[in-house]
Amino acid sequence: MAGDKKNKKDKKDNKSKKKKNKQKKIRTLIVTKSVRGRAQGGDNSAKSIVFLGVLWLSLFLAFAFLVTLIVTTLLDGWTRLDGTLITEFPASRPERAGARPAILGSMMVIGFTALFTLPLGIAAGVHLEEFSDRNKWYNRIVELNVQNLAAVPSIVYGLLTLGALTAMGVDNKNIVAGGAMALSLLILPVVIIVTREALRSVPEEIRHGSLALGATPLQTLFRSTLPSAVPGIATGSILALSRALGEAAPLLILGGLVFVSFDPNGLLSGYTTLPIQIFNWTGRPQEEFHTLAAAASILLLGLLLAMNAVAIVIRNRYQKRW
Amino acid sequence: MSVITTTNVDVYYGKFRAVTGVTLDINENEITALIGPSGCGKSTLLRSLNRMNDLVDGAYVTGSITFNGEDIYGPDVDAIEVRRRIGMVFQKPNPFPKSIYDNIAYGPRVIGMKPSNMDDLVEEALTRAALWDEVKDKLKQSAFGLSGGQQQRLCIARTISVKPDVILMDEPCSALDPIATMRIEDLMGELKKDYTIVIVTHNMQQAARVADRTAFFTALPDETTGNRTGVLVEYDTTAKIFEDPSDQRTEDYISGRFG
Ligand SMILES: Nc1ncnc2c1ncn2[C@@H]1O[C@H](COP(=O)(O)OP(=O)(O)OP(=O)(O)O)[C@@H](O)[C@H]1O
Ligand SMILES: [Mg+2]
Repeated sequence: MAGDKKNKKDKKDNKSKKKKNKQKKIRTLIVTKSVRGRAQGGDNSAKSIVFLGVLWLSLFLAFAFLVTLIVTTLLDGWTRLDGTLITEFPASRPERAGARPAILGSMMVIGFTALFTLPLGIAAGVHLEEFSDRNKWYNRIVELNVQNLAAVPSIVYGLLTLGALTAMGVDNKNIVAGGAMALSLLILPVVIIVTREALRSVPEEIRHGSLALGATPLQTLFRSTLPSAVPGIATGSILALSRALGEAAPLLILGGLVFVSFDPNGLLSGYTTLPIQIFNWTGRPQEEFHTLAAAASILLLGLLLAMNAVAIVIRNRYQKRW
Repeated sequence: MSVITTTNVDVYYGKFRAVTGVTLDINENEITALIGPSGCGKSTLLRSLNRMNDLVDGAYVTGSITFNGEDIYGPDVDAIEVRRRIGMVFQKPNPFPKSIYDNIAYGPRVIGMKPSNMDDLVEEALTRAALWDEVKDKLKQSAFGLSGGQQQRLCIARTISVKPDVILMDEPCSALDPIATMRIEDLMGELKKDYTIVIVTHNMQQAARVADRTAFFTALPDETTGNRTGVLVEYDTTAKIFEDPSDQRTEDYISGRFG
């Protein structure tokens, strides 16, 4: 229903735009048109046109890089984008090699990462946003640290995990649990931050409405605030997980660069992931392995795009207007 | 009979005293209007009647506020319980982002009412709020699809669904057009048979039309700090306040010469 309304509104806008265009036929410069498209106030000053031009340019540059990257990868890898890639284990002969353990490993590590991070991150975000007293110095320190942790390079989390596993006396650190731990640490601050942002965007009136009915703060959280924040939390968390999916550095630190010719089968199993497998193959001298790496990259890209698409679908599906 | 009694109530926001020395009785099955210039503490006083002001950091109340003879700020009193008995309708309609049906069923569900038939309870609340006929065919649709006036009546229905004793309303019509306002005023006339209503309003005619009693507040400089603080100037039957006020300031305000 909301969509209908929006369409109608868009149509209206289009109509009025057309009218305006007729009136000012002389100015058919692309730039002025786009200015009018956005700044409906009709700000056609030189400054705003230049600014818009710069915006378009940066958009174009970013897009051009992305397209170049995707196209060259596709050209390099499409010949090996076949069933073997998905069903076979890595092998010394490139034509028989596949990324099966890497695909399964990626899925398993990300699955456990989600399992560790989401409950912890959402709970922490809820606590910081809804319950903690912001005037207390320790809460402010936690807040500040979470912000800063989100900006720490991923390799540092690999080192941290390495240290933690050593301290725990774990000898073989290249296990699913270790990888999932490193990636969890990496995206935990992000999940906390997106949870807080999502909760902050729920208007105070919703909480008050619930409390005024005699709901307890916990009921208000679970029945009103959190459900209203779910789209934001879900989108942000998926994006965080897709970042983790593409990470190689922290896993390499944990000794991830090994030849794996078996399916991972649990938290303590050895594993490899797609980014590591790609890294591995690109390091080989034979050209065929480079093709294989490109094909695996396409696969990884596809996975990432699919995750982002899910995030977008969730966002649009549950978009709220207050 | 008085349901809520405030005795010498001061309300503070941290060090700032927003309301000073309010003593008044709110009678059962009557509509009591709180009027006065902006910033004189009407909302503050209203929110402290059901402990919604507890939600503001640093806010506290001194003096006593009793509900059916019991101090609502007493040591063993649960603010949640107070809010169940004394409901509140806000200035801006604030339906939940849920269906119309779920908006009404929300309250009964959270407070653990076990109605034999939730559908009947929803219908009853919506009927009492004079909204049933307009929404009965779209109960499953989002409450955001309703007009502002309908949303506000939905919020009133939501409040009465938990069967409180008192309904507090903070400028419930300020976001509505005259026709929607009239409907809400009619509705209040109906509701006062079963509920006690306290309403804050900036609309003099509205107070004169609906209220049985009217309390006029103003903001005066505090003797010690010089900050402006809200005080109760005059509290009487609406007829007395509007036709023959005993305080000059009341007369100035209602005749539009002040505030
Ligand atoms: N949450 C708050 N924190 C601190 N001070 C507040 C808060 N709410 C209100 N005040 C202060 O308390 C005083 C009374 O405010 P209040 O909102 O109760 O006035 P009001 O009579 O309802 O005004 P209006 O008619 O504009 O709604 C004002 O000085 C205001 O600045
Ligand atoms: Mg107010």
